[in-house]
Amino acid sequence: MTELRTPLSRVLGRGAAHEGVSHWWVQRLTSVALIPLSAWFAWSVLRFDTLDYAVVHAWLSSSLNALGAFLLVLVLTWHSSLGVQVVIDDYVHHDGLKVVAVLVNQFGHALLAATGVFAVLKIAFGAGA
Amino acid sequence: MAHRARPLSPHLQIYKFRYTMGLSITHRLTGLALSVGSILFVCWLFALALGREAYGTALELLSLPLAKVIWAALIVCFCYHLANGIRHLAWDLGLGFEKRQARASGAAVVVATILLSALVLFFAFDLAGGSA
Repeated sequence: MTELRTPLSRVLGRGAAHEGVSHWWVQRLTSVALIPLSAWFAWSVLRFDTLDYAVVHAWLSSSLNALGAFLLVLVLTWHSSLGVQVVIDDYVHHDGLKVVAVLVNQFGHALLAATGVFAVLKIAFGAGA
Repeated sequence: MAHRARPLSPHLQIYKFRYTMGLSITHRLTGLALSVGSILFVCWLFALALGREAYGTALELLSLPLAKVIWAALIVCFCYHLANGIRHLAWDLGLGFEKRQARASGAAVVVATILLSALVLFFAFDLAGGSA
């Protein structure tokens, strides 16, 4: 017998981790999404005359801009966590250290995403300071 | 886990260095730098949500000379990661794998990074000047 995988496992094509190419695919998906999102953000911010509170706050208070910033924060942190994950996979070989690195990566990016989204929504919904 | 010594594939120092290898590792390094930079980005957004006073403090910190160097470096990292990221996406579509094409696209990435960085930095420093 040369084939250890079951026919079902082969046809599902998801490998031993049961998730197949989803990491690879989502990394590409988020990178494609980040091209227009980051270009839009850079274009918007670089057109300001100043970075003063009133200017930036007013800009982010508009629903369309808030939506864009919301997407940017989510997709950016997602893409970033996937990227750091690959670096950990490739270079951190000590088992214990690897678990710590993965935890820090995922918790850290979850915290970043939550903080960024909270900030965008708070400004968009116009709650007080 | 007790690992038995297993044959290893040749590591980096075995290969003759090619600048495309440098471009590849730079993509990772700039990606990591941008991951750290995303912390600054979110802090800036959070300060904006906290209110005028917190945002003023954040802006003061961001106007320090050291902070300006960091922002400028992050902009260059971003431009590189964007340009080389598009190159990677082309590879994912199966385009440009030939050695000659990969070298040419690598050179194009370097040129694009320089031009795009110069453009963004010009406007960014104009903007920073307006705020100070």
